[in-house]
Amino acid sequence: MSLRQIAFYGKGGIGKSTTSQNTLAALADLGQRILIVGCDPKADSTRLMLHAKAQDTILSLAAEAGSVEDLELEDVMKIGYKDIRCVESGGPEPGVGCAGRGVITSINFLEENGAYDDIDYVSYDVLGDVVCGGFAMPIRENKAQEIYIVMSGEMMAMYAANNISKGILKYANSGGVRLGGLICNERQTDKELELAENLAKKLGTHLIHFVPRDNIVQHAELRRMTVIEYAPESKQADEYRQLAQKIHNNAGKGIVPTPISMDELEDMLMEHGIMKPVDESQVGLTAADLVV
Amino acid sequence: MSVSTTTDIEAVKERNRALIQEALEVYPQKTAKRRAKHLNVHEEGKSDCGVKSNIKSIPGVMTIRGCAYAGSKGVVWGPIKDMIHISHGPVGCGQYSWAARRNYYIGTTGIDTFVTMQFTSDFQEKDIVFGGDKKLAKIMDEIEMLFPLNKGITVQSECPIGLIGDDIEAVSKAKSKEYGGKTIVPVRCEGFRGVSQSLGHHIANDAVRDWVFDKSEGKELQFEPGPYDVAIIGDYNIGGDAWSSRILLEEMGLRVIAQWSGDGSIAELEATPKAKLNVLHCYRSMNYISRHMEEKYGVPWCEYNFFGPTKIEESLRKIASYFDESIQQGAERVIEKYKALTDAAIAKYRPRLEGKTVMLYVGGLRPRHVIGAYEDLGMNVVGTGYEFGHNDDYQRTAQHYVKDGTLIYDDVTGYEFEKFVEKIQPDLVGSGIKEKYVFQKMGVPFRQMHSWDYSGPYHGYDGFAIFARDMDMAINSPVWKMAPTPWKKDDGDYLAIAAE
Repeated sequence: MSLRQIAFYGKGGIGKSTTSQNTLAALADLGQRILIVGCDPKADSTRLMLHAKAQDTILSLAAEAGSVEDLELEDVMKIGYKDIRCVESGGPEPGVGCAGRGVITSINFLEENGAYDDIDYVSYDVLGDVVCGGFAMPIRENKAQEIYIVMSGEMMAMYAANNISKGILKYANSGGVRLGGLICNERQTDKELELAENLAKKLGTHLIHFVPRDNIVQHAELRRMTVIEYAPESKQADEYRQLAQKIHNNAGKGIVPTPISMDELEDMLMEHGIMKPVDESQVGLTAADLVV
Repeated sequence: MSVSTTTDIEAVKERNRALIQEALEVYPQKTAKRRAKHLNVHEEGKSDCGVKSNIKSIPGVMTIRGCAYAGSKGVVWGPIKDMIHISHGPVGCGQYSWAARRNYYIGTTGIDTFVTMQFTSDFQEKDIVFGGDKKLAKIMDEIEMLFPLNKGITVQSECPIGLIGDDIEAVSKAKSKEYGGKTIVPVRCEGFRGVSQSLGHHIANDAVRDWVFDKSEGKELQFEPGPYDVAIIGDYNIGGDAWSSRILLEEMGLRVIAQWSGDGSIAELEATPKAKLNVLHCYRSMNYISRHMEEKYGVPWCEYNFFGPTKIEESLRKIASYFDESIQQGAERVIEKYKALTDAAIAKYRPRLEGKTVMLYVGGLRPRHVIGAYEDLGMNVVGTGYEFGHNDDYQRTAQHYVKDGTLIYDDVTGYEFEKFVEKIQPDLVGSGIKEKYVFQKMGVPFRQMHSWDYSGPYHGYDGFAIFARDMDMAINSPVWKMAPTPWKKDDGDYLAIAAE
């Protein structure tokens, strides 16, 4: 089987890292050989695999050694649950430097040093929104082929999903990246499933899986474990196994997304009664003005 | 083929207009439309040269312009000799601006002066990713340890600094405090800002205002102001230009308290607001700070031109008019004193240069300021243009310098310049190192008018004699007769010769 390169994107705090690590753990249970590339300066994309707070990152090690050329693959790669290989790109503390450049540096290093040999899956876990070219690196230049967007029924999560689709569209023609589908991480908002399915339809894709909310995820996280490892018999572990199976079967089924305009997105929310129609005459008026 | 012998002014204008059209023809329609606005034939009596300027260059053409970093580090700040200027960013910008622009200075390099040295933070990948603030602070510490006689530091930002958001102001402030109030100037002159080096001059001027003037308020000055204090502004002392200017001012009774920035020092910058008059040579690069000193400190400023005796005479009298009679008499005395020198230079060189034509393409003040010096030698400037001039430069050019029918080319492209020279066939082209060999290979004599072709000074009376000699040397060099164009020779098969 040829190497499958996937990436998880989504609004910050939506549960990308948790969802991706649980899914990948389930894929490892299926016998897949996996490499996780964390592309977030917080370096928390592999903690559930390694039972560690944070692993040494490529960039912090490179800074210590002098430059990235001074590093060996063994220095940066840790082996976690079911032999899943884990690397974290890392990056600067908030407010300094260029984390985007860090992602580019790290991915180039991994490619040049053969990190992608003898594996079935590479998964990129990328921070929040695509804010600059560096964070778009995994979707450029024939890196990730399928993007999975983790979202929920919250408005901002859907905005983000739509924006990420725009990013995918931009690189779809040059690099061949496709949208694999949406993963809804339940937040128990109104009509969540319905909305997620509708957004998926508008984007031209489908809702791969609806992951229900379950506190067991929290219990596992506190122990720095995936649910798959912590409670393999649980219902939630089953959900992640289903998601893993669906992603596994989704090879080559990615699409070029059809992102929608802000107006369309708002219309959609209104259709489902989530948002009230805006009275244009009231826009820009303060509460005090409105009383009068 | 050569049409430069045409004397009828209408015919010249007609030819120049046709030439512009011909040059524009090769461009795509949109480019031609944009470039057309930068090319013109000067009409006498107009208030400017009728060209657009200070506009972004067109992608794909070979522009001769520099960047904002070049304007700040290379031009304004670099020559301040007792400060250390850090090229902050990857190594290339510093490497290629190493050793400065032949801004001569007095001092012991590496001990109390540092102009020809190069300091850089030599950014690596990790500095981009993690930020360069810590490295910058470390460099400053090293500078303090290795060069304890430095009088201050400037941070000259290269492009990545603006992209990754390094807080160079915070580092500068903290280190200044740590070193007991030493002047440390962060300059936001990232190369991508603006359309040319011109914005870099402006940013550098503003940095002097904010980090030298404003910070030195309340500081006790090291000198006693006098009634005849002037500061030379916008002379970079290339080949000693400021020195050959300074002596003239001193001989007429003035006291030069500062040179901006050739052979200049931080103490001179700090003293300048106490001057009675700022005399401004390069208007383009330092009018900003001159205006500021006028507004804030009430120091008047006047533009002058020390190229060629006619303009020098005019300028000395103009400067003297700001002072009392003793200075005015001093100006006359200076003019009289050097008359013999200039007469001798003109007597020797004018007969050899009379009627020769020149095309210029330079930056700053030179596209107009040197015209008078050529005319003193009987030569005619038939084409000129600015790399990074603004409309006020073209106004000055039109009102005081160029003749009717002169070809004007703003931000000229490599192609246009070659085309114009090929068709006009001037006797001399004055431009930069990038242009020099192109035109010499075309068989056209050339002088570098940025660096004075490693000669100089060209300012002042002494400079004029050197200028005259150099122009004669370029134009009347016997070398041009030794390389006949093969296909213009009567005998033999030129194709066979060319094939050899």
